[in-house]
Amino acid sequence: MKVTLFIPCFVDACFPDVGISMVRILERLGHSVQCPEAVACCGQPAFNSGYWDEARQVADNALDHLRGTDAVVVASGSCGAMFKVFYPQLYDGRPRSAEAVELAGKVWEFSDFLVNRLGVTDLGARFPAKVTFHDGCHGLRELGIHAAPRQLLSHVRDLELVEMDEAATCCGFGGTFAAKFPMISTAMGEVKCASAAGTGAEYVVSNDSSCLMHVQGLLDRQGSALKTIHLARILDSR
Amino acid sequence: MSTAAARFLDAAGSITRNLRHRGLIQTALRKYESARDRRKAAFHDWESARQAAAETKWEAINHLDEHLVSFADKLESRGTKVHWCGNGIEARDLIRDIIRDAGAKCVVKSKAMTAEEIHLNEALEKDGFEVVESDLGEFIVQLRKEPPYHIVFPAMHLTRDEISDLFEKELGSAPTREPEELTMIARRALRRKYVTADVGITGANFAIAETGMVSITENEGNARLTAALPRTMITLLGIEKVLPRMEDLALFLPMLATAGAGQAITGYNTLYSGPRQPGESDGPTEWHVVLLDNRRTELLADPEQRDALHCIRCGACLNVCPIFKNVGGHTYGTTYSGPVGSVITPHLRGLQDWKHLSGSSSLCGACTEACPVRIDLHHHLLQNRRNAASEKPSTLERLTWRLHAFLMNSPSLYHLAKECGRVFEPLRKATEGTVLDPVRSWTTTRTLPPVAPVSFKEWWRERR
Repeated sequence: MKVTLFIPCFVDACFPDVGISMVRILERLGHSVQCPEAVACCGQPAFNSGYWDEARQVADNALDHLRGTDAVVVASGSCGAMFKVFYPQLYDGRPRSAEAVELAGKVWEFSDFLVNRLGVTDLGARFPAKVTFHDGCHGLRELGIHAAPRQLLSHVRDLELVEMDEAATCCGFGGTFAAKFPMISTAMGEVKCASAAGTGAEYVVSNDSSCLMHVQGLLDRQGSALKTIHLARILDSR
Repeated sequence: MSTAAARFLDAAGSITRNLRHRGLIQTALRKYESARDRRKAAFHDWESARQAAAETKWEAINHLDEHLVSFADKLESRGTKVHWCGNGIEARDLIRDIIRDAGAKCVVKSKAMTAEEIHLNEALEKDGFEVVESDLGEFIVQLRKEPPYHIVFPAMHLTRDEISDLFEKELGSAPTREPEELTMIARRALRRKYVTADVGITGANFAIAETGMVSITENEGNARLTAALPRTMITLLGIEKVLPRMEDLALFLPMLATAGAGQAITGYNTLYSGPRQPGESDGPTEWHVVLLDNRRTELLADPEQRDALHCIRCGACLNVCPIFKNVGGHTYGTTYSGPVGSVITPHLRGLQDWKHLSGSSSLCGACTEACPVRIDLHHHLLQNRRNAASEKPSTLERLTWRLHAFLMNSPSLYHLAKECGRVFEPLRKATEGTVLDPVRSWTTTRTLPPVAPVSFKEWWRERR
């Protein structure tokens, strides 16, 4: 299958290993992967801030470069939700509406793509550690992804998954929210970190690097031994 | 920035550092969540029940004009006086006149968020009337001279010790740690008021259009006493409280109890259909039903967000909201707090003054998932943000997003930005958290990952 991988800016710049693992996994499964270099952002920051015209300037570019493929796999549930749920709203009643709807139909979040499009749950991975899973809100509630990452983790050798009480509670990132309301965002993150630490896990795993960036940022300041890791990196481990 | 926004930021800044508050609220709400989940499991299919409730409220709100007329006609046919008030001032003046005409001095009142919305108590007290809140939680916050903390649990931010101290100071009671004894202290104070009050004011949970009845749900029996004992009864409700049919209560009463308090059904559920009828021996001789608009019809005119009028004020969205769970109810500075408050307050009190509440959300969607009538709450926050920005855009922010678009759409500039990130990383690190740090709102409490030596796109290009 011809798969276009969308790597959002923060994964590209700060967490390249996550994207590299995704490429490796998809290629190992026999798919032809392409990553259009001309697209770096889905436009969500401006969209969430209320500046829809400016968001469309970014989204127009994404529409230009994410066509002619069987599937667009997104390396973040949040950007995935932007394409799948919010692009049709952003273009509602506008000339490129049909293109936006067509793209939305082809977009998959990475774990969802593996399990529900390719039907793969065992990637032959091995990761000897106790982990807990954090559901990114956009992946969970906009895209309805809950079981897929857990199914994938359940087939990883030597990995033990312990659920935390607050698995489905927001980590407090929320994009520009984290910078505009840092005190609330931090308090939310502290609740998340405490819940994750309470499981005795060594790693917090998620399918969204943006949440992990926030959680790791707080854990670093707390001097915690708990670490964060993206699901793709675990699935790519031997 | 509006005054309300500045106050919100200030209050949020101090309360989020208050770990005692956080622990208290989150422990209480965890208990609520497990009780609610047990009750949800008792529904044959909770999701279908939500869908049915959403459709019923859709019908109620989309034909509000017909339902309200039917409701009012039926009430009037049994001798109830129905009043239509466009705003809070009209409603306050009307209620004051009714109380004055009744020759009353003391008013006993059961829980009504609509009365909070129009600041009824302050207005009546200013006119020299004594107003006594009869709901235990409301009674407590009234003694503290503060607004309710939560639309369903007004005093949930207080411990039994704090309540005991308050009662000791205000009512002269002996200190106790027993909830039953605390309740008895309030009960003794309140029973005297029910008997002496000349007017009782209630809110309403549902207005049944088909039969012209008001449905009131409560756990303490205080609303029944408020309605039954005084000569004159006044019921204040927002026009959105309508349900088309009596049988709709079969769904809405258990749903409200489940979503609101994790109960199968609320303790007391009463239907009021009119004042004392000829031949009846009790009940108020006069009943006034005050229907309040207060900009609800403006929200009704907005096809995108009119489902916010479906709200049954159960508080479920507050209880699951991570923002509410960390900042608490008073920080909002609004009558309706939490997600639904953030959605409707800009409509009820002005978008530009209250848009910060829509901004203060991570858009996690827990509220929408919890809402028993399926209001698209977190998407309405996005719409409020869009409406606020298009009505009055900030030049700086618009410029920022234009630059952002330009940068993201230009591979060479984007690449250059990453290079700059690498070059300036030591400088940024050295100034981290200081006034010179451009991202200090992040780095004050969190580390920021550096730009990787080789970005994904650089790796990809190299590989090809």
